[in-house]
Amino acid sequence: MKLLWKLTFVLGFSLPIFAAEEPNSTGQIPDVQTIVSKANIVAYYQGDDGKTTAKMVITNKQKQKREREFNILRKDMEDGGDQKYFVYFQNPPDVRKMAYMVHKHADPKKDDDRWLYLPALSLVRRIAAGDKRTSFVGSDFLYEDVSGRSLEEDTHELIETTDEFFIVKNTPKQPDNVEFNYYNVSIDRKTFVPMMMEFYDKDNKLYRTIESTKVEIIQDYPTVVKSVVSDLKTGSKTEMEFNNVKYNIGLGDIFTERYLQRPPREAIR
Amino acid sequence: MSRTETIVTLSVICLAMAVTLPTTAVASDEETDSGKSFLSDLPIEKHGFYEMRGGYRLQNDKYEKDMSIMENRFQLDLFSYLDWGDFKFKGDFIGDLVTEQGHFDLREINIFARPLDFMDVKVGRQILTWGTGDLVFINDMFPKDWQSFFIGRDTEYLKAPSDAAKISLFSDRVNIDIVYTPKFDPDRFINGQRISYWNQNLFRLAGQDAIVHTNRPDRWFRDSEFAARLYKNIKNYELALYGYHGYWKSPAGQDVTMSQALFPDLNVYGASARGAVGKGIGNLEIGYYESADDRSGNNPFINNSEMRYLAGYTQEIGRDFTMGLQYYVEQMLNFTRYRRNRMSGPSRDQYRHLITLRLTKLLMNQNLRCSLFTYYSPSDKDVYMRPNINYKVNDNMAIEFGSNIFFGDYPNTFFGQFRKNTNVYTGLRYSF
Repeated sequence: MKLLWKLTFVLGFSLPIFAAEEPNSTGQIPDVQTIVSKANIVAYYQGDDGKTTAKMVITNKQKQKREREFNILRKDMEDGGDQKYFVYFQNPPDVRKMAYMVHKHADPKKDDDRWLYLPALSLVRRIAAGDKRTSFVGSDFLYEDVSGRSLEEDTHELIETTDEFFIVKNTPKQPDNVEFNYYNVSIDRKTFVPMMMEFYDKDNKLYRTIESTKVEIIQDYPTVVKSVVSDLKTGSKTEMEFNNVKYNIGLGDIFTERYLQRPPREAIR
Repeated sequence: MSRTETIVTLSVICLAMAVTLPTTAVASDEETDSGKSFLSDLPIEKHGFYEMRGGYRLQNDKYEKDMSIMENRFQLDLFSYLDWGDFKFKGDFIGDLVTEQGHFDLREINIFARPLDFMDVKVGRQILTWGTGDLVFINDMFPKDWQSFFIGRDTEYLKAPSDAAKISLFSDRVNIDIVYTPKFDPDRFINGQRISYWNQNLFRLAGQDAIVHTNRPDRWFRDSEFAARLYKNIKNYELALYGYHGYWKSPAGQDVTMSQALFPDLNVYGASARGAVGKGIGNLEIGYYESADDRSGNNPFINNSEMRYLAGYTQEIGRDFTMGLQYYVEQMLNFTRYRRNRMSGPSRDQYRHLITLRLTKLLMNQNLRCSLFTYYSPSDKDVYMRPNINYKVNDNMAIEFGSNIFFGDYPNTFFGQFRKNTNVYTGLRYSF
C-alpha cells in the first residue's frame, strides 16, 4: 500500500484540478501549505463552475445495494473560497425531483446555508446546519467529503514524498468535533489530485478510506470520475461515478429558490 | 354493480396498472430511442407508486366506523416537455373500503413555462405552498386536506390541489408570486364523513349523523381568490410580505335559516422572516385575518377577524437528530363584541396558544426514520400527536407505522373534539 494524504476530495466532480499547471518538474518540493491548497482547488474548485451527473452505489456488508442518482451544479464565488451548489435527485423514485441548495462558506466559523425542496408538497424548507460528518444521503460519503473540509480545520504535515505522491498527514485542530484522530492524503505530484485518503481512529487504527479509482482529463482539468469509500468497521462501501462532467458552462446567479424548485433546463439536460 | 364490487374492480385495476406500468415505462423508453413518430419524440417520464394503507380507531366512536383508513392507491406521475414548456400529470386511483367507493383524485395537471428571463408561469391544477410554519399555516391560504392528515395518509396529502394560474416575477430588488384561482378552492375540511367533530348546533360530538352541508362560493371568475407574495433574500435572511383576497378556507360561519355552513369573505395580510439563528434556523410569521363579512365582530354567526403569530426554531441536536419548536397564537379581535353577541354553549377564548414540537431521528444509514410531531395547546388544554416510523426496505419499497393521537379536557376545542378519532395505521408503498 502506498501513501496517505490529506484533503477531502470526494465530490470527484467538483474535483477538477486547476489545470495540471506547473507539473512540478523541477524536482523542487513545494511547502505543505502550497500542496494542500493546490489539492483543495483541484478537488473542489476546478473551473469557475461545473456540472455532472453522479451515480452512487451503496453496498452494505450483506451485499445489499442501494442506488442514488443526482445532478450537481456548482459555482465558485472564489477559488478556495465560498461556493454555491445544487443537488437535484433523479433516483431512487421516492426522492425524485427533490433538490438541495447549499451556499457553502469557506470560513469554518460560519455555517453553510442549506435549503431542501420537497416536490410533493411544493415546499422549500430551510435546513438547520448539521454535523458535517454525518452521512450524505445514507451513503458512506459524509457531507464534508462532498462539500470539502476547510483547510483551516486541520494542521498539515508533509510526512513523505515518493516518486508519485506527496503524503500529507492532517490532524484536526479540534479533535472533539470529529470521529478521526488524523488522516493521511496521498496527493498526485503531477496533477495534485488527492488519490487516497486514509482515516485513523482514536486508537490510530485505519478504519475508513476514500480512493480515487479513475481520473480523467476533462477540458484540461484532471477530474476524479470514479471514487470509492470503504468503511472498514461496518464492511460497507460506496462507489461514486461522475458522468457528463462539464466545466465553465457559464452559470449565472441561479442559486436561488426559483431554480431550486425547477432547475435551469439547459444546465441539467 | 354494487359499491363493493366497484371497489374490488378498481383495486384490481390499480394493482394491474402498478404491475404492468413500470415494464411499459421501460419498454417505451427504448422506443423513444428508436421510434420516429411524434409521440415517441416527446420524452415521457413515467413514475408513481402503489400503496396499501390500513388503520383502525383505538376506541369506539358511535358516529364513525372503527376502520379509520383502508385503501389501495395507485399514483401515476407523468412528465414531459417541449422546447417552450413542461407538462405534468399526477393522479391517484383509489379504492377506498371506508367510504366503499372507488375514485380518482387528479392531483396535478399543469403546464410550466419560462417565457421571459424574469418570469415563470404555471397554469393548471397544482400544489401550492408558501410561508415559514411547519404544519402550522398563517399566510399559506392554499387548500389543505385535514381529513387525510388526521386519518394517517402520507403528509403530502395535507396539501390539496388548487386550480390556479401562478405567475412569478424575479428581479434584483424583489421577487413576486401572484396566484389567481378563478373558482374558490376550499379545504377538504372535517365534515363528519370520516372524522367525528364538535357540532356547535347540536352541542355534542357528531359524525356521519350530521355531515356538514355548506353553501360554497362556486361561480367561475366571480368567486375567485387572489394570493400574492413579495419576497427577498438579504444575506440569506428570507423576508416576505403576503396578501390574500378570498374566503375562509374551512367553514367559518353559518346560515342559520338554511342550516348551512358558510365560507365568509376573508382578506389576509402578513409577513415572515426566516434565517440562521445561532446553530439553527429561526422563523417569524404574522398575519392579520380580516373577516370581511363581519369586520365589526357583531355578527355571532361569522368568525371575527384575527391576528395570528408564529415563532419557530429548528436545530440539529445530535447526529441525524433534529428538533423543531414553534409557538403559535391566534388572537380573536373585537372579543368583547363576540362575548356580548355570542350564542349559548361553549365559547372560544380570546387567545388560543399552541406549541408544537418536532423530533426526527434517522437510523440505519438513514433508511429508518422515526419522527414525532406534537401539537399542544395550554389554553385549549388539548394535544395532538403524530408518531411515525418509516423504513425503506430497498430503493423501491417502504413500510410505515404511525398513529394520530388526540386528547383534551373539553369536547369542543380544536384537537379535543377529535379524541374519539385516535387511530393507528400502517402502510406499504412500492415506488417506481
